[in-house]
Amino acid sequence: MEIFQTIANMTGAALAQHVANGISLGSLYALIAIGYTMVYGILLMINFAHGDIVMMACYFAYFGIAVFNLPWYITVVVTVVLTALLGALIERTAYRPLRDAPKNSVLISAIGASFLLENLANYLFSGRPKRFPRIPILEQNVSLGSVQIQVISFVIPVVTILGLLILLHIVNHTKTGMAMRAVSKDYEIARVMGINIDNVISATFMIGSALAAVGAFMWGVKYPGITPMMGVMPGLKCFIAAVIGGIGNIKGAVLGGFILGMGEIMIVAFFPQLSGYRDAFAFIVLIVILFYKPTGLMGEKLMEKV
Amino acid sequence: MAKKQKLILTILLLIVLFALSWVVNIAMDSYVRRIINLCLIYAIIGLSMNVTNGFTGQFALGQAGFMALGAYVVGVFTVPVKLRASVFYAVPMNPLIANIQLPVWAALIGGGILAAFVAFLIGAPVLRLKGDYLAIATLGFSEIIRIVITNASSFTNGALGIKDIPTLNDTRYIFVATAITFIFISLLINSSYGRAFKAIREDEIAAEAMGIDLYKHKCLAFMISAFFAGIGGGLYAMLLGTVDPKNFLFTLTYNFLLIIVLGGMGSITGSMLGAIVVTAGLEYLRVFDEPLELFGVNIPLFRPGFRMVIFSILLMICVLFWRHGIMGTKEFTWDGAREFVKHPLRMFHRKGVA
Repeated sequence: MEIFQTIANMTGAALAQHVANGISLGSLYALIAIGYTMVYGILLMINFAHGDIVMMACYFAYFGIAVFNLPWYITVVVTVVLTALLGALIERTAYRPLRDAPKNSVLISAIGASFLLENLANYLFSGRPKRFPRIPILEQNVSLGSVQIQVISFVIPVVTILGLLILLHIVNHTKTGMAMRAVSKDYEIARVMGINIDNVISATFMIGSALAAVGAFMWGVKYPGITPMMGVMPGLKCFIAAVIGGIGNIKGAVLGGFILGMGEIMIVAFFPQLSGYRDAFAFIVLIVILFYKPTGLMGEKLMEKV
Repeated sequence: MAKKQKLILTILLLIVLFALSWVVNIAMDSYVRRIINLCLIYAIIGLSMNVTNGFTGQFALGQAGFMALGAYVVGVFTVPVKLRASVFYAVPMNPLIANIQLPVWAALIGGGILAAFVAFLIGAPVLRLKGDYLAIATLGFSEIIRIVITNASSFTNGALGIKDIPTLNDTRYIFVATAITFIFISLLINSSYGRAFKAIREDEIAAEAMGIDLYKHKCLAFMISAFFAGIGGGLYAMLLGTVDPKNFLFTLTYNFLLIIVLGGMGSITGSMLGAIVVTAGLEYLRVFDEPLELFGVNIPLFRPGFRMVIFSILLMICVLFWRHGIMGTKEFTWDGAREFVKHPLRMFHRKGVA
């Protein structure tokens, strides 16, 4: 009954605040989850380093604005380009040599790549948290009645939807997208049909990393403390979001991201005494989903082949 | 060689090593002893991880969580009762357990049993998963265990951690624990259970068709792995003298992953070698954290944090170019050793294992 009491006590303004927070966190998760789901769809591997790519993108943006004094909109472009290149570089060095190796080796290599990025960031940028540079236009508050909401909270979902639309266009209506779908359906046959697998996979990593970079920039504006380990938890949660939606399915990843983001914010809002368990929520959802619907909410049913 | 001869040789080797640990305990200073003890403890946990990952082929990443359980059972129940008020100064200890103090051995075994029990509970949903999903789910549970420990302040002192745990920096006892683990796991792997584990690793569907109960065997492997990880965690807590939830971040599991990858997934003696190489290597790499002057010029590369960069690059090189590790799935055997002594160069003529 306690929950009804909490809801009854909550004013409309507070509720609107929580919903806005939930939507923007969910959108950020969605943007990052797309990278996981695309890579998994094609290579059938978890790109453990994806969360750390987000972290590196935050540092790129930090250096662009705070050290090189670039305007923030140019920094966004530079960050996206650099992060896409980083994603392709990781694929080239850590995953491509193991293309025909057992799955566990690839998984270990992915963990190793993630570990390397964290340690490298710790070494280069020091482990002390840095403050993401302030961008006044995005951080000012807008009043809606009695509710104060940051501009960034509106920007995040809009950018996410825009990104999703562009991505769906690429995947469904361009030649590269067609090649991606072919590779994810059947890797061997696609190779036989003359598709250059390596290029397609590189493109996938670049697109996923670019979206992650956009997410990372907005993440930095919304949650300004950046540290070398900041990518780990969002990374795991976004992978879980991708699994919830049905891994390999782009729309599913977005749906999963929203479910996780909303759920997390609402748990803290309605059960403040459980806020310490906030990070456990995602894992519990994961177990429940895998137990009852192992292919996720929007995934296809798979048969196990002998 | 006859079976009896090999047994005698093995027992002799164990006795020699035990005597060596006695010598180490008397002759070495406490810093060196600490590194050797850490090697032995990491060997226990590496072996335990090899049971699920190497022999049963189930890629689980929950070792840090099970270690935390073992460490906390030791931490909570061995701190002397009169010191507890000063340890639990923020939130007083729960009256249910405030006056229970266990002897060290009982707390260690209790920690192992708790870890095995939690593995049993977790196993029901998790072991239906495969590959990457299993990895993420076990990793998630290891984090959940840590989060619960952080929040259950009246039992675990929350984020403050527990200090004043009676320390055990004694190589003899830790050697005995490692030897028992080694012997138990060797016997297990060579028993019918071990053969069933390996059958599951090679092909689950074929193993099931041969009448192996998949769930039962996976669960058994998972529980045994958790049990020894719990024991290892307890010893780790006693080596450090303090426990803190931050000690058991899931990145700790990566150390053991490196140990079993380097030693060879599915090789018991490989895990032992891997533990020694990794732990000692991590200590030696400390050179990279110190500032270095060459011919009067300060090399700017050497500053804190460089050690871990080198460590992770080594891990990557090992995974990319040396996938089978030191031993592959082979074991050290007396026959192999005799062969090596007779024809030391022959092993270089053979091609690497596929």
